[in-house]
Amino acid sequence: MKSATLSIKNLHKSFADNEVLKGIDLDAHKGDVISILGASGSGKSTLLRCVNLLETPSSGEIRVNGELIEMKQDKKRGAVPASIKQVERIRSRLAMVFQGFNLWSHMTVLENVIEAPVHVLGVPKKEAIVKAEAILQRVGLYERKNYFPGQLSGGQQQRVAIARALAVEPEVMLFDEPTSALDPELVGEVLSVMRGLAEEGRTMLVVTHEMAFARDVSNKVLFLHEGLVEEQGKPEVIFENPSSERFKQFISSVY
Amino acid sequence: MAELQNYQGILLEGAWLTLQVALLSLILAVFLGLLGALAKLSHSTILKGIATLYTTVIRGIPDLILMLLIFFGGQMLVNDLSYSLNEWLNELFTTYNPEHEWYSFLPDYIDISPYFAGIITIGFIFGAYMAETFRGAFMSVEKGQLEAATAYGMSKLKIFTRVMFPQMMRHALPGIGNNWLVLLKTTALVSIIGLQDMVKIAGDASGSTQQPFTFYFAVALVFLFFTTLSTALLKWAEQKYTIKTR
Repeated sequence: MKSATLSIKNLHKSFADNEVLKGIDLDAHKGDVISILGASGSGKSTLLRCVNLLETPSSGEIRVNGELIEMKQDKKRGAVPASIKQVERIRSRLAMVFQGFNLWSHMTVLENVIEAPVHVLGVPKKEAIVKAEAILQRVGLYERKNYFPGQLSGGQQQRVAIARALAVEPEVMLFDEPTSALDPELVGEVLSVMRGLAEEGRTMLVVTHEMAFARDVSNKVLFLHEGLVEEQGKPEVIFENPSSERFKQFISSVY
Repeated sequence: MAELQNYQGILLEGAWLTLQVALLSLILAVFLGLLGALAKLSHSTILKGIATLYTTVIRGIPDLILMLLIFFGGQMLVNDLSYSLNEWLNELFTTYNPEHEWYSFLPDYIDISPYFAGIITIGFIFGAYMAETFRGAFMSVEKGQLEAATAYGMSKLKIFTRVMFPQMMRHALPGIGNNWLVLLKTTALVSIIGLQDMVKIAGDASGSTQQPFTFYFAVALVFLFFTTLSTALLKWAEQKYTIKTR
């Protein structure tokens, strides 16, 4: 069997005395769209941020395309990456879309999209621009390529952020509550772009509150509760027949 | 006015010198300011301590006193150092060769030029103010901007040069502009350590012509010209950088 694009084993994460993740396992194969659900404080964002080491896991294993992210023990700080070079290389293969967009505000839309390809991956600038323009075309923002993020609506900014993620041709796209900071009327444009990505077979990990997206678009749903996976499975199964009482309550409270 | 015309050439030379001292001091101040700010924001207690001592002491003493202290103190320090080094070298030679005769390897008296003393002093003083400006500016950069850079695999250095620095400068610009105006005016102090800048020349000229008002008024106008021009340039730069964002 082909190894998983992303494989997480027994992941733990503590902040001081507070254990946020208490042993999470997760496998994402190519083309998987996995929605991660859970109440606030359940650890779902922390889980996503551990994948690209924006948070350093306290223990556990993360493999990207079979490659283990090496960790070592530091006397003062506990677990730290053994090789920052390895971490940087792996990060450049995993693109993240943030809740607050986090587009670089001193760069234009186009500059945002070509930044990582040119300055991290070493793609020639001309080539990167051609590709970036095609991607912007696709998210419907080609006309705005010379605008600055501050001149765009939230929905447009998030679509640029998705374009920025696509430009690095990532193995896995990580979405951290991509629609939570948007006005309700702007949520649709972002979700429809994400739906398109799922349809073309992108591997996606999506932390979200959008039940419709989790149910209709993803092929796997993970429900986290207090740092543990409380329920998981195919959406059509677990939404119809939740085995966990908490997940049942969660669905009914959100709808 | 006839006297002023006689002195026109030399006054303009003095003005050029003033501008040189100001610009070179600015470069030094920006450099020291960046180092100071980075030291203050570092995790090292020692670096933090040194930077805090620097900014506290420098900002707590009048510029005039500092100028005199650094000029005369620097002079003493350099000469003592050069003397001690000579002594040490001569002793060293004597141990290996008892016949060795005293020789000045370094000059016994080094005269610091007021030009460099002025630049170093002003740069050193304003480095402390710049450090505070930059520290505030570094802290105003949104965490998410850096997080995005990290998430896309940038190295620490890349994050600094591609995101941190350009964003920080945007916040620092008004403070830098303010410091520059004060710095430019502070250059008038280098005349007291003997630099032939326009203030010194005006002083000498008013002594020999008995027309102090005329000369100091001319100097005032030149300063006003420099500062007005600077303000316009700063306004332009600030606008250029703010359009880029919201």
